[in-house]
Amino acid sequence: MSSDMSNSGHKPDGGSAQPKAPPANQPKFWNDPKKRSLLFQTLLLAVLGYFFYSVVDNTLTNLEQRGITTGFDFLTQEAGFGIAMSLIEYTEASSYGATFFVGLLNTVLIAAMGIIAATILGFLIGIARLSDNWLISKISAVYIEIFRNIPLLLQIFFWYFAVLRTLPHPRQSIEFFSSFLNNRGLIVPAPVAEDGFGIVIFGFFAALVGSWFMSRWAKKRQEDTGQQFPIFWASVGLILGVPLLLFLVSGMPMVLEHPELKGFNFRGGITVIPELIALWLALSIYTAAFIAETVRAGILAVSHGQTEAASALGLPKAKTLRFIVIPQALRVIIPPLTSQYLNLTKNSSLATAIGYPDLVNVFAGTTLNQTGQAIEVIAMTMAVYLTLSLVTSMFMNWYNARIQLTER
Amino acid sequence: MSNPQAVTDHLMVELRDVNKWYGEFHVLKNINLQVKQGEKIVICGPSGSGKSTMIRCINRLEEHQKGDIIVNDVPLTEDLKNIELVRKDVGMVFQHFNLFPHLTVLENCVLAPIWVKKLPRKEAEKQAMELLERVKIPDQALKYPGQLSGGQQQRVAIARSLCMNPDVMLFDEPTSALDPEMIKEVLDVMVELAHEGMTMLCVTHEMGFAKTVADRVIFMDGGQIVEENEPHEFFENPQHERTQLFLSQILQH
Repeated sequence: MSSDMSNSGHKPDGGSAQPKAPPANQPKFWNDPKKRSLLFQTLLLAVLGYFFYSVVDNTLTNLEQRGITTGFDFLTQEAGFGIAMSLIEYTEASSYGATFFVGLLNTVLIAAMGIIAATILGFLIGIARLSDNWLISKISAVYIEIFRNIPLLLQIFFWYFAVLRTLPHPRQSIEFFSSFLNNRGLIVPAPVAEDGFGIVIFGFFAALVGSWFMSRWAKKRQEDTGQQFPIFWASVGLILGVPLLLFLVSGMPMVLEHPELKGFNFRGGITVIPELIALWLALSIYTAAFIAETVRAGILAVSHGQTEAASALGLPKAKTLRFIVIPQALRVIIPPLTSQYLNLTKNSSLATAIGYPDLVNVFAGTTLNQTGQAIEVIAMTMAVYLTLSLVTSMFMNWYNARIQLTER
Repeated sequence: MSNPQAVTDHLMVELRDVNKWYGEFHVLKNINLQVKQGEKIVICGPSGSGKSTMIRCINRLEEHQKGDIIVNDVPLTEDLKNIELVRKDVGMVFQHFNLFPHLTVLENCVLAPIWVKKLPRKEAEKQAMELLERVKIPDQALKYPGQLSGGQQQRVAIARSLCMNPDVMLFDEPTSALDPEMIKEVLDVMVELAHEGMTMLCVTHEMGFAKTVADRVIFMDGGQIVEENEPHEFFENPQHERTQLFLSQILQH
């Protein structure tokens, strides 16, 4: 105590009656948690800074020695290779930049298709897993245990090599609804819009707006009279019915371009390549098994007392599910569901194994091989997956925040 | 003007030789009970005696296997229509409140009136606010259950049941999960309800409440009704040895 006082007295700015004397038991600076953490953080920052500096410096020096030019100029060069499937115009004469977008769109396509199918399948199986019906619940249990315990790559190989590649040749195609299934994929009739089809599209959007107004009207009427209105089915009817009616009235302004067998292959129609089908089946079926478990856990997390209270109030089973169980289960389901969506998107890069032209295949694969621009290509590919994942999780976090409970 | 407290001859709840098993375990053994409109019954007994199970059979949260349960002239059978009818007439308050945590207090109260009784929302909300006033928490209407104290939550639960205008109220240990100082505010609401003439079946160990409002006290043990008497006789002069032992234990402190 007395030594502290004399210490402060020696400071040039301190008076004899120092009002802010340091606390009597001031610790040594390496025992002071604040100063200690500041020291360690500074050290860590310095080490990290040096690490990144040396990585970049090293790379640049190496690239220079080997005569590799860096930069993104290669994106405008001609690619010179074809891609089996593309959603935009693409030829061998297109640039590497076009290759990038073809791969990106193919990745987004398979991820979106997979997420939709896996969600529907996963919710159905998760609910079936809880069914009172012994057979239904056991079948879903077996499904879950089989598909989540076999490596995804193996499942992709199974659908591709064991199922789709063993289909007959185009001449012996399996035919149904004027579509053809063979070992080159699924060939379906292509819809071709004719003049006047615009009115059908207009009708669709008008019905969307109409059903929004209808739901407001139904809510208002309930508030005033208590009468219920089957808003869901009425909206479905409106959104499907209005465009259909306009389509028929305007003389069906659309023709189907039927695929025809010419020589050894089909002409016309839309070909869905077997790689896409195999990857889609494998990703959806595999991820659905995990989603099913998530859904089951979510529903079980809603306490039994909740359903009992709803029953005691006289709410029927379907309404109890809709108003009580599902909203509470979703709170538990959404965060792990987000992880499953992210997994599915990233797992879609296994496409390379069977040659589905996704981003990793055509860009981080072929493009990288041909140009040698490893750093730029890999960085762009990583940035794409990072962006896709961050956008997905931002959306899911926003949705999750909306449905969280208010407590306190 | 009729006295709202008057007990009429109309049989509100009737149990005839009701038996129930959980697997091998015989929970309810030949239960016979008649509750007239306006009667208040308090049911007590040691844990595991089947008292909760019995009142949970009355709105079919539990199924009985033998015997008849008739509520307001509707027999409880496999028939879903009958179960629906009975549940509209019977309100229930649980030990752990079981409020819907994702809905506000007001939404908790109007959900069933809107979707089961098809009341207009405006009317349902008006009625809910009146009942919330009766349980003395109208100012909490827009809060969520998680923001309320236990006693407030249980009063909301009572209001939520009353919103369906039930003819009978079942209380399953409504105060056992509450802190001592909150028990009174819930019991006050229940006493008031009793004075308004509600038919009530309460599983509770609040002996003061039993003495104040009960027309009859029922003592259960081992799945059977051991003793049934009006409160004064029941507490002063219990007939069975088992009842005497039970009362001596709960009144000791």
